[in-house]
Amino acid sequence: MAATNDTVLPIKERSKALSAAQGAFSDKVLPVASIILAIIIVWYAFAVYLNAPFECDQAARAETTIGFAELLPRTLAQNRPVLPAPHQVAEELWKSTTERRVTSPRNLLFHVWVTFSSTALGFAIGTALGILLAVGIVHSRVLDKSMMPWIITSQTIPILAIAPMIIVVLNAINITGLMPKALISAYLSFFPVAVGMVKGLRSPDRLHLDLMRTYNASGSQIFWKLRWPSSLPFLFASMKVAVAIALVGAIVGELPTGAQAGLGARLLAGSYYGQTIQIWSALIAAAILAAILVMLIDIMARATNRRMGVKA
Amino acid sequence: MNSSVLLSAIAFWLVAWGINLWLARTRPATPLFRGLINLTIPVLFGAAILVLWEGITRGLGIPSILLPPPSMIWERITTSTAILWADFQQTYLKAVLAGYVIGCGSGFLVAILIDRSPFLKKGLLPVGNLVAALPIIGVAPIMVMWFGFDWPSKAAVVVVMTFFPMLVNTVAGLSAAGHMERDLMRTYASGYWQELFKLRLPAAMPFIFNALKINSTLALIGAIVAEFFGTPIVGMGFRISTEIGRMNVDMVWAEIFIAALAGSLSYGLIALVERAVTFWHPSYRK
Repeated sequence: MAATNDTVLPIKERSKALSAAQGAFSDKVLPVASIILAIIIVWYAFAVYLNAPFECDQAARAETTIGFAELLPRTLAQNRPVLPAPHQVAEELWKSTTERRVTSPRNLLFHVWVTFSSTALGFAIGTALGILLAVGIVHSRVLDKSMMPWIITSQTIPILAIAPMIIVVLNAINITGLMPKALISAYLSFFPVAVGMVKGLRSPDRLHLDLMRTYNASGSQIFWKLRWPSSLPFLFASMKVAVAIALVGAIVGELPTGAQAGLGARLLAGSYYGQTIQIWSALIAAAILAAILVMLIDIMARATNRRMGVKA
Repeated sequence: MNSSVLLSAIAFWLVAWGINLWLARTRPATPLFRGLINLTIPVLFGAAILVLWEGITRGLGIPSILLPPPSMIWERITTSTAILWADFQQTYLKAVLAGYVIGCGSGFLVAILIDRSPFLKKGLLPVGNLVAALPIIGVAPIMVMWFGFDWPSKAAVVVVMTFFPMLVNTVAGLSAAGHMERDLMRTYASGYWQELFKLRLPAAMPFIFNALKINSTLALIGAIVAEFFGTPIVGMGFRISTEIGRMNVDMVWAEIFIAALAGSLSYGLIALVERAVTFWHPSYRK
């Protein structure tokens, strides 16, 4: 394909495409890459600074003095550092995902899978409920007036704080495993979707609604041909928020279950036993999972936009 | 006996629903009357939910370990105000407020600094957007390790959680002023700081208040969840996790009530200040 493109494109077009690529590079890749590089450098600096006191202590106990050249590599290779260096975290990530069986609880991927499955289930339930409620609110004045203020108020309440209670209470009535965590994720992801969809379903112009009426469109036709398509950008924007918060819900939901499985359990176990490298690798794994989930929704949004003929 | 409680609760709910249906259909003439109705409907809805909750828990004899009736929660709130106040002081007045002020303040200042460099802006915005979507709450165990069990570690979690929303929103807000207005400032020969204080910061206020509102909820969540990882024997998160272990569910609900009240009140306060500061914004103009 690339070869044919080269022969087909006139020189002028080709140079334009080339400069566009260069523009994207100096416009996006270079700044982001340098920021990430800066973060890694600062991370290393802090790792040395925060881990140095321990090494100095050790040296003082052994009644030797320690030079900076000796100090530096030691601060970056401690077993339980105050702040592990990036390469230690990367190493732990690599080891704990490749060197053990995937089904073993000592493999990080196992925990990622546990967290992901409850996030995905909760997100699906929450999104479906949110859309349903938004449809109800848009079509019923009573629902709108009586529920909307409460939905907005409930956004200001730290809902995450009741996560442990939901887990324990559901455990008491013998609902265990995936479902309680998924319910927390569902509860958390439900609100952004409901609020976003109410906005989205109301986003069509008066003019467009009037046009539909002049076509003698029925209620369901107006919904499927006008309201639903025009609400999709809002749906995807709120789904991005919802999936991120669903992941947080799943992680917090794993805290009170006695640290059995999942990224939250991994965090808690790490903090009990002072395994800082384990905490950081679980944290990075959670971050990567969040980034992948948000990216998936972004891809879905782009694909839908393309099919609907929206120009990016 | 019990079924009568349940039935009367359901009857109350149906009546309230009927009144709401009727109220929603009326077209009041005066704006005062309309405001009154818009207030009555959600209040009636909330009251109906409470009555239904009370009726179902008492009528069906649901054990209070699962779901205590509202009256029992209210009794717990009124009888243990001292504990609740101590927890509130520890979690909200110390951890949340300190973390919120430092996190929002530093996010704001960093945003103003990087706004002067387009290169930094291009690099930091995607990273900031990504970080804002990450489960930052996971840094809680690390902060507890670094800053100890008492409130500074919770404040640190709150700082990390509130920093990025503030940064991203302020940077977006600083570019909200239009070209025409900027050109006008330039024809007035105004300097960078004059333009910042007289045009761009006021134009950024809706964005900044948006971040302040998001952060008010995030801060409370951060402080409470961070307490699950280790605390002294006081604090809202501590109380929730220990009382649930002792199956005192009414105490947990009392803490949640306090947290909800604190969250809603701080949100309302920020919204009031916003209305006073951004009175010029189309959404508030009459």
